[in-house]
Amino acid sequence: MEKILDVKDLEINFHTFAGDVKAIRDVSFHLNKGETLAIVGESGSGKSVTVRSIMGLLANNSNVPNGQIMFKDQDLLKISARQMEKIRGNDISMIFQDPMTSLDPTMPIGKQVAEPLLIHNHMSRAKAMERAEEVLELVGIPNAKNRIKDYPHQFSGGQRQRIVIAIAIVNYPEILIADEPTTALDVTIQSQIIELMKELQDKIETSIIFITHDLGVVAGIADRVAVMYAGKIIEYGTVDEIFYDPRHPYTWGLLNSMPTLESQKLYAIPGTPPNLLNPPKGDAFAPRNEYAMAIDYEAMPPFFKVTDTHYAATWLLHPDAPKVQPPAEILRRHELYHKYLAEQAKGGVPADAE
Amino acid sequence: MTKYILKRIAWIFITLWIVATITFFLMKLLPGTPYTNQAKLSADQIRIMNDQYGLNKPLITQYWVYIVGLLHGDLGTSFQFNNQPVTYLISNRIGPSMQIGAQAMIIGTFLGILLGAIAAVKQRTWVDSVATFFAIVGRSIPNFVFAVILQFFLAFKLKIFPIALWDGFSSSILPSIALAMAPLADTARFMRTEMVDVLSSDYIELARSKGLSSWQTVAKHALRNSLIPVVTIIGPMAVALMTGSMVIENIFSIPGIGEQFVKSILTNDYPTIMGLTILYSAALLVIYLVVDILYGIIDPRIRLSTTGGKE
Repeated sequence: MEKILDVKDLEINFHTFAGDVKAIRDVSFHLNKGETLAIVGESGSGKSVTVRSIMGLLANNSNVPNGQIMFKDQDLLKISARQMEKIRGNDISMIFQDPMTSLDPTMPIGKQVAEPLLIHNHMSRAKAMERAEEVLELVGIPNAKNRIKDYPHQFSGGQRQRIVIAIAIVNYPEILIADEPTTALDVTIQSQIIELMKELQDKIETSIIFITHDLGVVAGIADRVAVMYAGKIIEYGTVDEIFYDPRHPYTWGLLNSMPTLESQKLYAIPGTPPNLLNPPKGDAFAPRNEYAMAIDYEAMPPFFKVTDTHYAATWLLHPDAPKVQPPAEILRRHELYHKYLAEQAKGGVPADAE
Repeated sequence: MTKYILKRIAWIFITLWIVATITFFLMKLLPGTPYTNQAKLSADQIRIMNDQYGLNKPLITQYWVYIVGLLHGDLGTSFQFNNQPVTYLISNRIGPSMQIGAQAMIIGTFLGILLGAIAAVKQRTWVDSVATFFAIVGRSIPNFVFAVILQFFLAFKLKIFPIALWDGFSSSILPSIALAMAPLADTARFMRTEMVDVLSSDYIELARSKGLSSWQTVAKHALRNSLIPVVTIIGPMAVALMTGSMVIENIFSIPGIGEQFVKSILTNDYPTIMGLTILYSAALLVIYLVVDILYGIIDPRIRLSTTGGKE
């Protein structure tokens, strides 16, 4: 499969009065053409920082001591600010989290949607407005023709997020980064936005990086999932592998804390994430991990291969590690998955695994 | 919109009438009479003059006469300034004050907005520090000090401008600059604060994500949003500037209105006090109307609807 984006050994620090916060610690991942990669993790795990580095929108107090972000044979970390401006909003664009604050309150929405066209395509104003109207229609703004002169405050939250999406896709970007695009919305609107994004992905043939802390959302949209914890990716694989055959105790914890029809009581991972001013030398999750071994406090686990597409950074996968029993909920998922795989192998209609 | 403006104009007249009434009665409470300091006048002379100016009639009659005169555009006759009609006195002297004030206003707000915006964009760099320093200097040094400094260097030493003379545009430049320093500093500080706020907002990040350069982002998105609160301080500032500054007018020998206002109060020159108070109130009310219309132009969320009220 063709890689459209390849992030290698990325490290990002933020300079603060207290010292350097190591927000991203040696992160590598790639995005295949046409797929949706979900990056999952709790607040502060480094999801947003990672994608902002791809957009070239890191805060001024950041520095990137190491790493590469390869897009079309160029390293986005090396190119000039002007070159990056040409890529932003054109080849790579972004959907933001809060539609209530992401639109300029003093500019009509049509103009805001047309802006990327005017910057990148040197289109005439009239033509750009025509395109803006089409795209607004495409993202589901009813009666777009008569509404392009309206201002953001005249739209509901869901509609505003559709407008934010319209701005992001107006140039048919090759990569669309969505930073928690549904977090600020009602649950009913959330599913509409997810549906819209899936629809648009087919129509404009884009690859999506989808950031979220909501695993329920991931299941509905992602092809592959990367799980982040304390500035590192700790496990990645296809969506089925992560949901039904997870290997890292943190992923177990995340899945376990998601309510299902069977769950009697809601699980919460004990403790809090480490302070990234002084990251631990071993596995950052060890202090919260009931399966932690002595080595977890001493050395950072490398990635162990589970399948060709599935890797997890936990010492539990080391051949010498004792076999542990994952939580009951994970075992139940595992069982479902194997039943599903078996049925698929038989060539039968796949059962609904969930 | 038109209906809203007409309604506001009607209110301006009502407000002016209230201001005139309150000022009229308050003024009579001022200590002394127009003849204080005029020890040479005999009781008879004072009686004759009181008769002539109608000052011995009951207060309510005086008020009635004044309001009727006001409606006809007659502001009465000044006691102090050579028996000139107040309308004549004002119209003769308001021009230079207004001109200097307006020029100071334009210099102050434009440069202030520019300086504040640059400081915000370059926040926490030396540019920001320099801008902040100038703002503090501009705010804390009185304008007559600036006036004298400007006179010394630009007029006396370099002879670019006249020192103290009222003759055409070139003579209005130095006083305008001197008067503009404080509003410039205020606008710059205010603008910087607003802009720093706006620059950290989500829609600015979105604008950057579209591929706009940082200066394009400022010009197209940040500036307008930062201006909304700045417009608020521009209203009262404009009135303070337009109504003349006695000190600046004195230093530059400008035949403005500032001096008359101060003198008229000191000498209980009732018609002049009344006339100028009404004039200043009218200026304030008109500027507030302009500011409200400006708000609507800048911020669509408070745009005035055609039905007369606000949305």
